[in-house]
Amino acid sequence: MSFSTELLIKVGIVLAIAPAMALACTLLDVKGSAWMQRRPGPLHVGLRGFIFPLAAATKYLQKETIIPDEVDEPVFKWAPAWVIAAVMGLFTIIPLSPTLIVRDLELGVFFLLAISSISTIGVLTAGWSSANKFSLMGGLRAAGQLIAYELPLILSVVGVVIQAETMSTVGIVEKQIEFGFPFIIAGQGLAFAIFMIAATAEMMRTPFDMPIGESELVMGFMTEYSGIRFLIFYISEYINLFVMCAIAATIFLGGYHFPFLPTEWVNFYGPLVMLGKTFGLVFLLVVVRWSFPRFREDQLQTLAWKVLIPLSLLNIMATSIMKVVF
Amino acid sequence: METLDIISYFLLLVLLLSGIKVVTTSNVIHAAIFLVFTLATTAILFILLAAEFVALVLILVYIGAVIVLFLFGVMITRAPLGPNAELDNDKNKIFAALLSLSIFGIFTFILIQTFDSTVVISEGTSTKLLGEILLSRFVFPFELVSFVLLGALIGGITLARKDNALIDEDQI
Repeated sequence: MSFSTELLIKVGIVLAIAPAMALACTLLDVKGSAWMQRRPGPLHVGLRGFIFPLAAATKYLQKETIIPDEVDEPVFKWAPAWVIAAVMGLFTIIPLSPTLIVRDLELGVFFLLAISSISTIGVLTAGWSSANKFSLMGGLRAAGQLIAYELPLILSVVGVVIQAETMSTVGIVEKQIEFGFPFIIAGQGLAFAIFMIAATAEMMRTPFDMPIGESELVMGFMTEYSGIRFLIFYISEYINLFVMCAIAATIFLGGYHFPFLPTEWVNFYGPLVMLGKTFGLVFLLVVVRWSFPRFREDQLQTLAWKVLIPLSLLNIMATSIMKVVF
Repeated sequence: METLDIISYFLLLVLLLSGIKVVTTSNVIHAAIFLVFTLATTAILFILLAAEFVALVLILVYIGAVIVLFLFGVMITRAPLGPNAELDNDKNKIFAALLSLSIFGIFTFILIQTFDSTVVISEGTSTKLLGEILLSRFVFPFELVSFVLLGALIGGITLARKDNALIDEDQI
């Protein structure tokens, strides 16, 4: 098979899988909220609430696209594209099995950090170009938050990279199989906690949802968006949720590996194990989302700069000392 | 001509056009976005040259941090976004053209002097090699650069920090 055909097939599969995973995450999120807060809608209405995400998507698709007079039109129209392109690009390095991966890059984890930083531009330009004070404030808060939490996200992964001696995602999983324990037990528990907190902040989910903050900023940087463009922001949020949890499952929880199962059958059970672990983490974030109140803006910055970054630096130091000792 | 060559020339064209747009557009935010295109195209060219690490550093540092801080700065400082009559004088155009042409000339001269028509082929990716060289042969300049960054950091904090004596105690 030629390179371009292979590429086309891979892109096609990712384009088909990503919205499906976003749909599953949305369903888990609304059903979780309904289950925790006794909301009747998503539990009982229409096929026991399972029709909800499809109905929401259809609703946004048939809505009118409203573009206010004062907006900077090209910037405003293209802002959602940055965000969705960045999150779709991350599918490249998610391994469902040693061979079932778009491309096992040598710089896998570094690729994740580089590509995920692109979506910040989308958020910022959306906030600026909307010509709306709420949007601008939302964009500003988002930028401050994304810059602050990108650092602990990167630094917590560095500990894993030092321990695994590789940046490739498949390589990290193989190292964990060789160890016998996933990295969350074998020394990187703190890094896992930091990664999950920073990832939640990067996704702008509650308790870190100040950039959206409905009660203060209407819808933050998305205030002026409607119809299909709002849907793109919404979907990319959930795709991002899936991707971040998949990455966390890969580098901390052993990815596609499951103890006591024969490794030669990994291509069959690998995707199921991987999806199971991923959706377990998604469920964890759903529970966090519907249990915690929103932080205050200064508390959020304090948490990042004064707690998470020093802790992750400490983690790197401890990991490198252990690496030299053993 | 191979497909790769066609892609390379197309990317160079995009690079050139977006680079020109960065300096000719009269809106600061548009200039920043065209700069993103310029940097992204450069990153793709680096990937085509099998320098993955440089490409990803370009994306992480320049697109992910520098441009974001740039947009952030523009948004919080109420900087004038549109054309500015004071800055828009024609007499500097000749100097600008001369300066850019001379920089172009110097780079072309150095590149032709150094490589001429020799083809450099690297075996696979070289990130591991890069790391080893940085921490062995070039460890001194590497550490020196980090001290420069530390100095810049301390300088930035000193400039931005209010003098203790001037802070009204009620405000804290």
